[in-house]
Amino acid sequence: MDISFSAVLSQIMLGLNNGAFYALLSLGLAVIFGMLNVVNFAHGAFYMLGAFAALLGLDYLPRLLGSDVGIGFWSALLLGPLLVGLLGVLIEKTMLQRLYKVDHLYGLLLTFGLALIFEGVLTNYFNVAGEPYSGKPAMLEGAVNLGFMVFPAYRLFSIVFSLLVCFAVWYLAERTRLGSYLRAGTENPDVARAFGIDVPMLRSLTYFLGVALAGLAGVVAAPIYSVSPKMGSDLIIVVFAVVVIGGMGSIMGAIVTGLALGLLEGAVKVFYPPLANTVIFIVMALVLLWRPAGLFGKER
Amino acid sequence: MRDVIDHSGEMLRLTGLHAFYGESHILHGIDFAVRRGELVTLLGRNGAGRTTTLKAILGLTSRRSGSVMINGREAIGLPTHRIAHLGVGWCPEERAIFSSLSVEENLLLPPKVRSDGMSLEEIYSLFPNLWERRASQGTRLSGGEQQMLAMARILRTGARLLLLDEITEGLAPVIVRKLGESVQLLKERGYTIVLVEQNFHFAAGIADRHYVIEHGQVVDVVEADEVSASAGRLDHYLGV
Repeated sequence: MDISFSAVLSQIMLGLNNGAFYALLSLGLAVIFGMLNVVNFAHGAFYMLGAFAALLGLDYLPRLLGSDVGIGFWSALLLGPLLVGLLGVLIEKTMLQRLYKVDHLYGLLLTFGLALIFEGVLTNYFNVAGEPYSGKPAMLEGAVNLGFMVFPAYRLFSIVFSLLVCFAVWYLAERTRLGSYLRAGTENPDVARAFGIDVPMLRSLTYFLGVALAGLAGVVAAPIYSVSPKMGSDLIIVVFAVVVIGGMGSIMGAIVTGLALGLLEGAVKVFYPPLANTVIFIVMALVLLWRPAGLFGKER
Repeated sequence: MRDVIDHSGEMLRLTGLHAFYGESHILHGIDFAVRRGELVTLLGRNGAGRTTTLKAILGLTSRRSGSVMINGREAIGLPTHRIAHLGVGWCPEERAIFSSLSVEENLLLPPKVRSDGMSLEEIYSLFPNLWERRASQGTRLSGGEQQMLAMARILRTGARLLLLDEITEGLAPVIVRKLGESVQLLKERGYTIVLVEQNFHFAAGIADRHYVIEHGQVVDVVEADEVSASAGRLDHYLGV
């Protein structure tokens, strides 16, 4: 077997790119689970909706309005997460809110059902094989010479941007007053309420933030992967494995685990490609045997 | 039961307060009132409903009915986080120091409900240990320090009605004495305090009045100056 150094590097960089998406998505799942006690199975669907928001804003909206300029990538980067987040709040306020006091299973079933509905509706109108998103900004076309390798500019952007967002979320949760409310509300909601913290509002805000992150990941993913109703359900299984490995409810755990597993996947793709799609699940099984609460998780 | 309260200057009045945890009916019509600046204790055996009374004031039981007047406002229909903003500070039995927050974050957690709470400087001068350990994880503190933190964090908010639940539980005598001094100081500063206390000696020295709770009802009231005359009666209630 002949493995060149540059092939390894490029797979590792692609792995890092996937890892950045895993981190963005598992981060949202982790904060939602911590604060709302809900295993958000609709997370992949929100990611997919984010990508569709970008696609529709660029191609379909101008056609509908008879205008020749659509919503470009940079605007979509702001509007996509916002729209997805608002949809999330609507769902939280009308449905999820009723399930906090009962078993995790109910929230899981509800969000799973919602994911199937979103996918099903979009499958009616769009090609399951996917549609290309043509809104990649001109300044991110082409490739960049990193010194050790040449790497597509947009992929580099998506890695750096995702990492910055992850860091911002970590900072918000761990270093700000709002973050201390979130942590307190996660740890002991009754006492937080008794201190005058509006926990129901915090939960809505957390869900908004969590699904907006998924929507954001979707917008960032749109120029790389083709936009399809199934794109979320393909990814979310891996992301759940990431969350299980990292441990539910840990923000830093979600970020680090996401990146590390993306890298691992990339590395395995070079050395033994058939294993690449499975390696994360093997790690998951081992971690569950060794530390059932996950690498960064606390025993409950 | 005698009613010795005049209705002016009342900070807290419970009337026919019933509370439930799920299907279990814990409080069966609690009645008592506390005037501004008073310190009253709730005495009784474990399971009599004293902690539940405090939780029911805050709306933390699954269901409650009756009336909870706080500073002249009816709180029975308010959500828990709004009740805190009426000026109620709670020191829960399990202290509830957050392990995911540092000492200072724990201290700064409860939002201010009035502008005249203690400043951080005042709190740190009252509890110097907390200043030294302000960057530690909240639950790394000793039991006594955690109790001080639990007290300190409600003083910052400007709450004037303090609900203190078993604050001396499991602490060394020297720390209990220190806490007694702090509570005395708070009373002198005009705070209204409801104290749930197992340690009757701790409570006897500082309280204006003792309410005895049994089976979720107030069954007796003992004024501070009747304590020695009522020793036999109290021993009977407390089962000592």
